[in-house]
Amino acid sequence: MFRNVAELVELASTQNKKISEIMIEQEMEVTGRTREQILKQMDVNLTVMEQAVERGLNGVKSHSGLTGGDAVLLQKYIQSGKSLCGDTILDAVSKAVATNEVNAAMGTICATPTAGSAGVVPGTLFAVRGKLQPTREQMIAFLFTSGAFGFVVANNASISGAAGGCQAEVGSAAGMAAAAIVEMAGGTPAQCAEAMAITLKNMLGLVCDPVAGLVEVPCVKRNAMGAANAMVAADMALAGITSRIPCDEVIDAMYKIGQTMPTALKETAQGGLAATPTGRRLEAKIFGIPHVHGEQQQ
Amino acid sequence: MKYKSVFDIIGPVMIGPSSSHTAGAARIGRVARSLFGREPKWAKISLYGSFAQTYKGHGTDVAIIGGLLDFDTFDERIIGSIAIAQSNGMEITFIEEEAIPDHPNTAKVVIGDDQGELELVGISIGGGKIEITELNGFELRLSGHHPAILVVHNDRFGAIASVSNILASHELNIGHMEVSRKEKGMLALMTIEVDQNIDDSVIKELEALDHVVKVAKIVE
Repeated sequence: MFRNVAELVELASTQNKKISEIMIEQEMEVTGRTREQILKQMDVNLTVMEQAVERGLNGVKSHSGLTGGDAVLLQKYIQSGKSLCGDTILDAVSKAVATNEVNAAMGTICATPTAGSAGVVPGTLFAVRGKLQPTREQMIAFLFTSGAFGFVVANNASISGAAGGCQAEVGSAAGMAAAAIVEMAGGTPAQCAEAMAITLKNMLGLVCDPVAGLVEVPCVKRNAMGAANAMVAADMALAGITSRIPCDEVIDAMYKIGQTMPTALKETAQGGLAATPTGRRLEAKIFGIPHVHGEQQQ
Repeated sequence: MKYKSVFDIIGPVMIGPSSSHTAGAARIGRVARSLFGREPKWAKISLYGSFAQTYKGHGTDVAIIGGLLDFDTFDERIIGSIAIAQSNGMEITFIEEEAIPDHPNTAKVVIGDDQGELELVGISIGGGKIEITELNGFELRLSGHHPAILVVHNDRFGAIASVSNILASHELNIGHMEVSRKEKGMLALMTIEVDQNIDDSVIKELEALDHVVKVAKIVE
């Protein structure tokens, strides 16, 4: 069983296997289930992701009214041919946004690694699909590669915004996606790890400060930027650029930053954007009154 | 290692918006329901830390109640669960606690009806994964690193042997086990950690045993 990214890359490199394959084999070993059962479950998850993106691209609105409709705006903009930073990146961004808009509307999604960060992995996957033309099997492999890197983060640091801030959620998701993009594009296991390191380094310190405690503002747009970050970092790693700080040390740094982050900035809706005048006003508008403690009979 | 499966990371399939505050909360409620064995008539739920601060926005309340109604994380009925529970006659109270918990996402669920009562404390550790840290005042010392089950049983000779025999017949190896009781001859609790995942059919077999009252998986 791999415990960190270095071991994961070592296993894949010495056995001349892809990281997705190492993850599948470990899952068989740990759970005692067959390869067929495991691939089938991931296929189901992939279908949920596809349906969520589709639903978001058709336009949804959350109950609070804070989010929804941005994925549609982006797709229209891409189709206008005027985009400045490139269609593939914007496609990833729009599909990440689509997923999180569905999540905010209490729709059905697949957590990757969490619900609040569920847009990044499918967003990037369905955007590179156009360019790389993967088979269904390769798309499923993408999710196993993402899962392998997320597995290391979850066990050595955290994937919870309440425990580690947004860097632990969208940061982890973006790193996972970057690594999976690299594998799908034909990069080596070592390059996957570089992509993850480069991505996560640029998400360090990101706080979790949801307005009104809702997984909407700024969560949806953080998924947008997480997807963009993953795409750029994947290209950097594929270009041969390496991270001076090894991936495992970046993950450890993320963990320690999360531990020292004030509670007000860890999913309590007490600091950051949640505590801005507009954030507070929105909170009062949505819930009628500002947040108070006490017993509430329902 | 707290997370063992790739599906802890790529999953669960769930109703939004939060894996820890919605899916995890639903799972805590559902463990309470499965240990209680029936739909409770009343529920008193104390929320701590981030759960207390943000439960309305995350739908933590509807998720826990959904779990008490035996809804899975992806069951869309979660959204309207409070109305469903109330129309079933369930009395619901939420308490926002100010005490600082060991884990930021902690919930204490106390449920009951005319025949009994159950109290459990659960924490949601991220990505929809949960741990149960207390049951009816019994502190559960689980590593969380292995699949685990709770067996509520009558404190009688042979009860433990019959449970371990069934696990052995399915080639399930016990890595850690604790037995606790409050009073001799009354209800007691086995906490069992095994090396492999336990199939639902094994749970059913255990529940059919004499002296076994209820069995629930608490770590997958």
